[in-house]
Amino acid sequence: MAAGPPAQRRTEVVRDGARPLLSVRGLGIRFKTTQGIWQATRRIDFDIAPGERVGIVGESGCGKTITGLSILRLLPGNFAGLDGKILFDGIDLASCSARQMRAIRGKRIAMIFQEPMSALDPVFTVGHQIAETLRVHSDVSYEEARARTLEMLRRVGIASPERRIDDYPHQLSGGMRQRVMIAASLICGPQLLIADEPTTALDVTVQAQILELLRDISETSKTALMLITHDLGVVAETCTRMITMYAGEVIEDATVDEALVRPLHPYTSGLLRSLPHLSPRHGRLPSIPGRVPSIAEMPAGCRFRARCAHAAKGCEADQKLQDAGGGRKVRCWRFAELNLPGALHPPDAPAAAKVATQ
Amino acid sequence: MTAASTEQRSQPIVSVRDLQVRFQTSDRRATVKAVDGVNFDVRRGETFGIIGESGSGKTTIGRALVFLLNPSAGAILHDGIDPLALPRREFQSHRRDYQIIFQDPNAALNPRMTILASVLEPLELARVGSRAERERQAREALERVGLPQEFGARYPHQLSGGQKQRVVIARALTLKPKLIVCDEVVAALDMSIRGDVLNLFADLQRDLGLTYVFITHDLAVVSHISERVAVMYLGQFVELGPTEEVAERPLHPYTIALLSAEPRPLPSAMRQESRIVLQGEVPSPIDPPSGCRFRTRCPHAQPLCTDRVPEWRELKPDHWVACHFADSPNFSPNALETTP
Ligand SMILES: Nc1ncnc2c1ncn2[C@@H]1O[C@H](COP(=O)(O)OP(=O)(O)OP(=O)(O)O)[C@@H](O)[C@H]1O
Ligand SMILES: Nc1ncnc2c1ncn2[C@@H]1O[C@H](COP(=O)(O)OP(=O)(O)OP(=O)(O)O)[C@@H](O)[C@H]1O
Ligand code: SF4
Ligand code: SF4
Ligand SMILES: [Mg+2]
Ligand SMILES: [Mg+2]
Repeated sequence: MAAGPPAQRRTEVVRDGARPLLSVRGLGIRFKTTQGIWQATRRIDFDIAPGERVGIVGESGCGKTITGLSILRLLPGNFAGLDGKILFDGIDLASCSARQMRAIRGKRIAMIFQEPMSALDPVFTVGHQIAETLRVHSDVSYEEARARTLEMLRRVGIASPERRIDDYPHQLSGGMRQRVMIAASLICGPQLLIADEPTTALDVTVQAQILELLRDISETSKTALMLITHDLGVVAETCTRMITMYAGEVIEDATVDEALVRPLHPYTSGLLRSLPHLSPRHGRLPSIPGRVPSIAEMPAGCRFRARCAHAAKGCEADQKLQDAGGGRKVRCWRFAELNLPGALHPPDAPAAAKVATQ
Repeated sequence: MTAASTEQRSQPIVSVRDLQVRFQTSDRRATVKAVDGVNFDVRRGETFGIIGESGSGKTTIGRALVFLLNPSAGAILHDGIDPLALPRREFQSHRRDYQIIFQDPNAALNPRMTILASVLEPLELARVGSRAERERQAREALERVGLPQEFGARYPHQLSGGQKQRVVIARALTLKPKLIVCDEVVAALDMSIRGDVLNLFADLQRDLGLTYVFITHDLAVVSHISERVAVMYLGQFVELGPTEEVAERPLHPYTIALLSAEPRPLPSAMRQESRIVLQGEVPSPIDPPSGCRFRTRCPHAQPLCTDRVPEWRELKPDHWVACHFADSPNFSPNALETTP
């Protein structure tokens, strides 16, 4: 496995300007539809450092999945073109050859999905599927592939793997299937693992097991994790940085603690405040009025404007993802003057102060 | 106030006694005990929450409460009477008082019917009043859930998820029910809209005196909206009590684990580091473990737990639990946290 720099504090890696593992610049994705060409996402910019765990959050349809798929060039058939660059360790995945892509996909970048059953082939044993992934990418004997598969199944927490390795996917529970998927994705020692809602279909107690596994693997193997989810709790438990998307754009990029305590974008703040965890029991839940604009009728200027309580003259201008200092980015020109509430609402002063000084 | 109406008031709106619901598996070779001996009352005007993991039997209880399916054993009383003992016609009109709303508004709405027609449908089936009267009631219901009049002429695909769920709620309201079973009603909605719909449920309850049975696997939602909450595991209740008690001073090891497993959107300085990660997954309800059903995953299991079914007992006022050791002195959430 091509190793990234050794264990450094992730936030430092980014702020010191060390070369990121993945660097997405100006990514836009278009689809052909019966109503013409749709611009599903645009101007997506973000970096992931080696070994870093980044959560991509946002509501249904904001573009999380297609952003993940575009990195592996796995977009659906009616995709009509990409803008921008996806630099992975110096290679532009948006323009590299299909052959280069095949050498990277599954080996250096792997992806797991919400429903592991759809990604596993029902007619082969799980052991066969994992071992084949390894044999496609490296020149190992059948025996060695099997031995390493056993080892990996043990690593992802499958009890008595020698009894499970010859099971078919339908013989496993949902949580075990997701572990098998994780084992298959890690068998080649990827530098980046993209996990799209990996625990959404699982029960909370099983979700806790899988999130702990992902965190542990990322820490011990220095695998960078791009975790796609709509659950801010999952990001808080698993990641160090949080990228918030809205209507096809990145609107905020900050460490998880900063984003939760002092969000800079009104949408991030509104989202945090609407969570029932954080409101007094039985009280009214603050909510964001209106709805996400549809792709077909995206407004000009700030895309959140129609729902934003802080909209003012100036918001009809196009909003750029700007540097907010300290490695943070936000797509709102008013960020400096707004003092927005975050997850600690009403703000718990001592705890907030403690986080702010970290 | 007459004696009869006082009695009516203190009587639970629903009483569930030793409820059992069994299903045949699709190959008809085995029986799934989806609900296996559950006892509880729902009090008039309250929100009664039920949480539990997938397959624990929550939806099955909800469907049984509104007689969408019949109990295999045990009884469900509405206002003290057994609806199954009513003559057929009376049973049909009685059922209107007890409605259920499911997770997916798309499945509940006919894509080819206008919103107004969808809301009118239950009134028409029940042959309530004149056509004009029915339309007035349907429009009133739409207004109640905060949808402007012009939405009546639209079709489901022209509405957002949250708006569609409002239509489904309006539809359930037209028959002026006393109780609504809400089965994962916000699960399919976007985060920013969930708050709105939960607020709507609270408003309707206040204005119309509704009673809710609120089924969800989302702890944050259930503890926000419910006065009392029941925790389900493999077809049985393991704990039941006032929400504050269950959420802050849980008695059952499963509840404790569930609360600890919930991912919380809190900054690192405020998250507890030691969480209880349960081993394994929920066993099959076809062949549940002997004794205590939670014993295969319980960090405190003892030999007694295999041999004897724990009794369902009221350990603190209004706070019920089924665990042999819930009252032993060194058995507390704090004792658990130090266990690896
Ligand atoms: N094949 C396609 N053709 C046309 N539009 C598409 C296609 N796939 C995705 N889209 C659109 O692109 C946008 C982003 O979709 P995407 O699946 O990435 O959303 P998401 O953020 O992952 O949402 P969710 O949380 O629901 O999974 C959506 O508006 C979607 O309708
Ligand atoms: N019609 C049916 N026929 C056979 N088995 C059924 C039927 N309905 C439910 N079951 C089984 O009964 C058990 C309880 O199911 P139920 O739908 O009540 O669970 P739940 O708690 O609502 O789960 P979820 O959170 O996934 O909705 C499950 O094992 C389920 O497979
Ligand atoms: S740019 Fe204006 S409308 Fe957009 S989020 Fe900022 S304040 Fe709100
Ligand atoms: S009865 Fe035993 S196995 Fe069941 S919850 Fe209590 S301690 Fe655990
Ligand atoms: Mg998605
Ligand atoms: Mg259910």
